[in-house]
Amino acid sequence: MTDVTNTPVQQNEAELGDYFALMKPRVMQLVVFTAVVGMLAAPVSVHPLIGFASILFVAIGAGASGALNMWWDADIDAVMRRTSKRPIPAGKVTPGEAMSLGVALSGLSVMMLALSANLLAAFMLAFTIFFYAVVYSMWLKRATPQNIVIGGAAGAFPPVIGWIIATGTFSVEAWLMFALIFMWTPPHFWALALFMRSDYDDANVPMLTVTHGRPATRRHIIAYTVLLAILAVGTGFTAIGGPIYLAVAVVLNVLFLMGAWRIWHRDEEDAEEDNYLVERKFFRLSLYYLFAHFGAILLEAALKPWGLGGWS
Amino acid sequence: MSIRTEHEIHGRRKGRNVGVGIMLAGFVVLIMALTFVKITQIDFANAPGTVGPASGTEVTD
Repeated sequence: MTDVTNTPVQQNEAELGDYFALMKPRVMQLVVFTAVVGMLAAPVSVHPLIGFASILFVAIGAGASGALNMWWDADIDAVMRRTSKRPIPAGKVTPGEAMSLGVALSGLSVMMLALSANLLAAFMLAFTIFFYAVVYSMWLKRATPQNIVIGGAAGAFPPVIGWIIATGTFSVEAWLMFALIFMWTPPHFWALALFMRSDYDDANVPMLTVTHGRPATRRHIIAYTVLLAILAVGTGFTAIGGPIYLAVAVVLNVLFLMGAWRIWHRDEEDAEEDNYLVERKFFRLSLYYLFAHFGAILLEAALKPWGLGGWS
Repeated sequence: MSIRTEHEIHGRRKGRNVGVGIMLAGFVVLIMALTFVKITQIDFANAPGTVGPASGTEVTD
C-alpha cells in the first residue's frame, strides 16, 4: 500500500515553541512575578491551588494580549531589528493564527479566572487585555509619543489583579504597586529607545526619541526617575513596606537617579563614543530595580507571620 | 510494501500535537483539582436553605 498525503508542506512550519514565543514569555515572567507579589502581599490568604490556578490564568491572559499585539504589530516588527525574528515576521506563524490564538486564550483566561478567583479579578484581566491590545497596540502606539506612558498602565495592572484575587476588592496598597510599575515603564523604555537608535525611526513609531529628539528624551528620563524615586521610597512607609523594602528602595533609587543623571548630562557624541554604555547600564539596572522592589514587598509579606515583616 | 518518507516536518507536527495533548491533559487535571478544592471549601452544614443535622431546623441565612 502506498502512503500518499496531499497535505501542503510548509518548510517554515511552526513548532510549539513558536506559539509560546507569540505570548511574549519574558513579559509573562514579569506579569506572573508582580501578580504573585500582589496576591501574597494582600492581608487575606488564598488556598495554594486556587492561587496557582488564578496566577496561571492571569499569565495566559497576558500571553493572549501579547499574541494580539504581535498580530497587530507584525508590519513594524518586521522592520525593527529587535523584533524581526518574532514568529510572524519570521514566517513561522500566520497573522490569522496569532489573532485566533490571542482571542481564544483571552476568552479562556478571563472565564477561568472568574471561576477560580472572582468576577472583579476577571473583569480587571479583561480590561488589561483590552488596554494592551486595543488602547496601546491599536490606538496609542502609532499615534502619540506618550504611547509608552499611557500604555505602561497595561503592564502595571497585574499586581492589582493579584491583590483582587486574594481580597476581592481594590485598595490603596494595590494602586501603589500599580503606580510603581506605571512610573518605572517610561524611563525603562526610553533608555531602550536611546540605544536601539534607528529602530523606531525605521518603523515610524512616534517614540519620544523620534518626535521630540534625544535631548528631550534624556530630560524626560530624569524627570520620571525623580518622581519614581519619591513614590518608591514613600511606599516603604505604607502597609506593604517595611525596613527591608525601605533599605532596598533607598539603595536602588540612589543608583537609578545617578544613572538618569548621567544620561541627562550626556549628548549624542558622548553616547556614540562608548556605544551607549550608560544607557545600556541604566536599562539593565531598570530590570533589577523592578524585581528587587517587588521582591522586597514579597519578603516583607513572607516575614509577617513571624512578626518580622512590615513596621509592626 | 509501504513507502514512508519521514520528513522533518512530520517530527515537528508530532511535537506540536504531543505538546497540545499534554497541555489539555494538564488543564483537565487542574479543573478537577480546582473543583475539588472549591467544593470542599463550601460549608454545606450552614448553606442557605439546608437543614442542620443536629437541630433539624432550617438555616435561613
